[in-house]
Amino acid sequence: MDQILLYLSANMEMIYFLLLAILLGVEVISNVPAILHTPLMSGANAIHGVVVVGAIIVMLHASPDNYAALSIGFLAVVMGMLNVVGGFVVTDRMLEMFKKKPKKS
Amino acid sequence: MMSLPILEITYLVASLTFVIGLKMLSHPDSARRGNLIAAAGMLLAIIATLGLYQSYDPNKLFNYGLILFGLALGTVIGTVMAKRVQMTAMPQMVSFFNGMGGACAALIAIIEYQQHPIATAGFDGALLVMLLGLVIGSVSFSGSMIAYGKLEGKIKDKTLPFNQAANMMLLLVLVGLIIYQLFGAAYPVLFYGLFVIALVYGVLFVMPIGGADMPVVISLLNSFTGMAAAFGGFLYGNKAMLTGGILVGSAGTILTILMCKAMNRSLTNVLLGAFGSAGGAGAKSAEGDQTVREISISDMAVLLSYSQNIVIVPGYGLAVAQAQHICHELEKLLEEKGVEVNYAIHPVAGRMPGHMNVLLAEADVPYERLQEMDEINPRLANTDVVVVIGANDVVNPAAKNDSTSPIYGMPILEVDKAKTVVILKRGMAAGYAGIENELFFYPKTRMLFGDAKDSLQKLASEVKMV
Repeated sequence: MDQILLYLSANMEMIYFLLLAILLGVEVISNVPAILHTPLMSGANAIHGVVVVGAIIVMLHASPDNYAALSIGFLAVVMGMLNVVGGFVVTDRMLEMFKKKPKKS
Repeated sequence: MMSLPILEITYLVASLTFVIGLKMLSHPDSARRGNLIAAAGMLLAIIATLGLYQSYDPNKLFNYGLILFGLALGTVIGTVMAKRVQMTAMPQMVSFFNGMGGACAALIAIIEYQQHPIATAGFDGALLVMLLGLVIGSVSFSGSMIAYGKLEGKIKDKTLPFNQAANMMLLLVLVGLIIYQLFGAAYPVLFYGLFVIALVYGVLFVMPIGGADMPVVISLLNSFTGMAAAFGGFLYGNKAMLTGGILVGSAGTILTILMCKAMNRSLTNVLLGAFGSAGGAGAKSAEGDQTVREISISDMAVLLSYSQNIVIVPGYGLAVAQAQHICHELEKLLEEKGVEVNYAIHPVAGRMPGHMNVLLAEADVPYERLQEMDEINPRLANTDVVVVIGANDVVNPAAKNDSTSPIYGMPILEVDKAKTVVILKRGMAAGYAGIENELFFYPKTRMLFGDAKDSLQKLASEVKMV
């Protein structure tokens, strides 16, 4: 039990950060018109592609003769980048269709 | 060397772009710029990590060539896939990319575990973070792939025997294994066992959920991947990963709840309800006459041309038939004849909330024509003709009248109040919820069978001649 408390207090800054970011996410999302649900989901999907940064860091540490780590890491980098690029491009394609049109009426 | 502060500041900027981007994505005017801003922040974070990470770690860093190659490969494949995909296949594309992110998070956890010294005593926080990243990432990956397969039509809805019981057991095993590794013994074999069980759980988790509920599932898995990314950020103390991951984790959860609300169901109900496989329950088939009345193309052309106002209800059938352009064509023809045409968009029409808006926007239908459910419902009683194109469950009166129906309580477009309803449909098959629709048998209802695009084309040329 003490160990857990120690771990928590050692990472208190991170835990504050975590909780505040959760609340921020909730606030940012409220009051979204239904027509934007799909692009929003897609955009959020692209943003969690930031996990690719972790994959890069893992690869930077892996020694060049550790083939297991290298191949898994390489796969992670490719998949993470797929998430980022594919996510943003798909979202952009969706939103392109919402471009302003001359209003009638 | 000042590169460490620069790296930290870059991550701060990237985090800010994620927040601002997400905020802008929730307003129609700024959405596109918001997406680009978040993308720019992401690019910044990636480049800075490549160029400046050195400063964290005095040791030699390796593999720059391989990393760049991986990034390039991911960029090319991602761009090609995203550019090529049909508008109708958007939801499964999002699901696919989401699965990639989940897999990435799980793989990171695996490599970190291999290099992690096994703690001999005490609580190992880093191990907990790895285990959670592994499990959530894997569930998100295999679940997303199943959701992708279902929307592509490659995987059918299927409830395995004792599926819910098996899911419950697997979940307990997952939690048990995590706790055991933390406080008992951390054997590598248990770690890899956890990986495999998490993958299986993802499959079984999504398998029994009906096609109609896939949007909710994708949104939920989206927030899972966000959490997995955040655990990765925790592991490295990387603030950009933390912000991006947590934001998506919480925003995705809220979005999931919003979607469930639109269907007037709870999340538990969606996940455990096995909605799509309920069989042919419902539809009070005993009472009333059971014949459907068909309408010919030319009759319908006359009916539409001499109406005052028409409301079109688009559904997934419109998307499948790629009929959005011809639908807009017909709408313009009718407008020229002085008929008022509006579109009624149910919040969960299609396969994702907002799916219909995206499709109709593609066909240049003006914003003002698209009416949300709450706006249009009070006006339906004064509508001459409602044309339902490939929608079913969202106009099923059973949601209001029949408390035994699986969709009872879901808000619907009350098209049964209109003077006449014409339903374009391929055949008499039930909707995604797998239930009958008594609306088809109402005296005021007319059916027009056939492919939506084909029917609308014929209809448009008939209308021209009226």
